[in-house]
Amino acid sequence: MTTDILHLRAGQKIMADSASPNPSIPIGDAGQTPLFSRSDSVARQLNRWKERIIESLLFVAAFSSVAITLGIVGILIYESSTFFAHVSITDFLTDTMWTPMFASARFGILPLVAGTLVTTTVALVVALPIGTVVSIYLSEFAPSVVREVIKPVMELLSAVPTVIYGYFALQFVAPMLQKIIPGLPTFSMLSAGVVMGIMIIPYVSSLSEDAMRAVPMSLREGAYALGANKIITAVRVVYPAALSGIVASYILAISRAIGETMIVAIAAGMQPNLTLDPRQPAETITAFIVQVSLGDLPHGSIGYQSIFAAGLTLFVMTLVFNIIGYGLRKRFREVY
Amino acid sequence: MDDPQERETSKDMQSPNMISEIATPTLMKGIAEPKSEIETKIDIRRLNFFYGRVCALKDVSLTIPPSKVTAFIGPSGCGKSTLVRTLNRMNDVIPNTSVKGEVCIDGQNIYSPSTDVVELRRRVGMVFQKPTTFPRSIFENIAYGLRINDLAGSKTELADRIESGLKAAALWDEVKDRLKEPAQGLSGGQQQRLCIARALAIEPEIVLMDEPTSALDPIATQRIEELIVELKERYTIVIVTHNMQQASRISDMTAFFWLGELIEFDTTEKMFTKPERRMTEDYITGRFG
Ligand SMILES: Nc1ncnc2c1ncn2[C@@H]1O[C@H](COP(=O)(O)OP(=O)(O)OP(=O)(O)O)[C@@H](O)[C@H]1O
Ligand SMILES: [Mg+2]
Repeated sequence: MTTDILHLRAGQKIMADSASPNPSIPIGDAGQTPLFSRSDSVARQLNRWKERIIESLLFVAAFSSVAITLGIVGILIYESSTFFAHVSITDFLTDTMWTPMFASARFGILPLVAGTLVTTTVALVVALPIGTVVSIYLSEFAPSVVREVIKPVMELLSAVPTVIYGYFALQFVAPMLQKIIPGLPTFSMLSAGVVMGIMIIPYVSSLSEDAMRAVPMSLREGAYALGANKIITAVRVVYPAALSGIVASYILAISRAIGETMIVAIAAGMQPNLTLDPRQPAETITAFIVQVSLGDLPHGSIGYQSIFAAGLTLFVMTLVFNIIGYGLRKRFREVY
Repeated sequence: MDDPQERETSKDMQSPNMISEIATPTLMKGIAEPKSEIETKIDIRRLNFFYGRVCALKDVSLTIPPSKVTAFIGPSGCGKSTLVRTLNRMNDVIPNTSVKGEVCIDGQNIYSPSTDVVELRRRVGMVFQKPTTFPRSIFENIAYGLRINDLAGSKTELADRIESGLKAAALWDEVKDRLKEPAQGLSGGQQQRLCIARALAIEPEIVLMDEPTSALDPIATQRIEELIVELKERYTIVIVTHNMQQASRISDMTAFFWLGELIEFDTTEKMFTKPERRMTEDYITGRFG
């Protein structure tokens, strides 16, 4: 097994590296080194082997994640190509109807993209301000006792299965919102988005708090020394200084919201609807994929193939946000 | 180690040629009695400071004169930073600390409950050992303090104040063409002068400096030393330093601390030529510490 692993390029490189200080000593014959007793050298050799094996395993683990990602993208592209053989990319991107189940099926992704973007926006409108305020409170104001309690409890929020959130949206939030907004349907992007926002608050607050607590105390003291109070220091010094990490948490929240499935499938309605009005029901890309996977469309049909094109679209959207986020993070790189 | 009081007594006995009246300055008895000809800006009276239960300052009393440079010296951990940080209540931000005693600035006890800490810190500026530039532009670094203190006024007034702050810190010529660039792009010495500019721009009365040059090269250090000497006309300056030459070059008064106690406080000239206490002499000449 070990030799297998060591055949990997990285393994060989590591072997060469660790062997280089004493290249003339063949393995198993290390007793020739005058500085160490024989048993000592054997132990050292063993250690070196152990290290090599561990490093190789780590490399395999890291490499496999890349390979799996590439594999998924490859399959998405391959399967979508069958779909795009029947539907032109122009139609896919510009048609305003998504009706794969109709006899005269139309495959315009725009309604699904709109549904995804609207629910995501609603979720972010809820999660980013609340998450940020919570993180500022936790990192700058909360006594440590309070923080020790609130943080794990908040993190539990993200451990709740999303199905439960979905029903929470449908059974609890939607009726409540209906009281405030007359005429709101039971299924709406608003109630799904709000609940999704609640779900991602801990992603924002927890990571942002870590980023702000990493800001050195000296920077805060620099602000206090200029006569800043705690709030001004938190908002005008600590927050901007931690912006890179905070943006990372925002990006994670966006990716999470775009990819969220169960809540929107349950609470937003499952009808493609090209609208930017969050009060309406609509379907997101993810919800559509679930719907098809549940068996509404026969396997192998063009409608079925459309989930790969939809998945590819989802992937591209997440990728775009991640690239934007990467750019922003580089711009706001912490330089304390 | 020996109790300093004991050591002094024994020293007095050992050196009969010492004039023991002067050898025990009033300061050592705990209550400051400023000599009548010396004005007082900061009057520290029997100050005790605790980190939790650890006592970092023991019954420190001293009077700091206005428009002079007062240096705090002493071995590491003797409480110099703690003491300067009590002067603008910067220690308030450290949890589990407590203060006993008084610090009066212009006769007002800053530890009285009615003190506005924000206003106090505006009057008592501070420069830290490591420059604490904010990750913003040079301009914004100074504008920041002005804005939060409502000193920004109009756009031109803001620009004027920033310019005079930078000029006061002898940095203007080096940065006038790059005010919009990030402050982190400046050298360590320039960043430290920016922090001084930032402190000066809000027109404090007192400037506290905790080892402001310990992270700087000799040339940057010299510039800041020259600056401090210039600044003392307008400001009362308290500086912590480990550098004996620096203390002797720039300060008018020197206070020597050891294990949280004030051992000796006098004019720098006296402290560096004929200190009363053996310990002071040993420390200054590098024989201990
Ligand atoms: N935040 C803190 N919490 C607990 N104890 C502290 C803290 N800061 C300082 N101390 C203790 O208080 C004493 C005085 O520390 P202080 O930083 O004032 O010394 P200093 O004279 O400035 O030393 P240095 O020359 O090394 O900067 C030391 O014993 C130190 O361990
Ligand atoms: Mg110190």
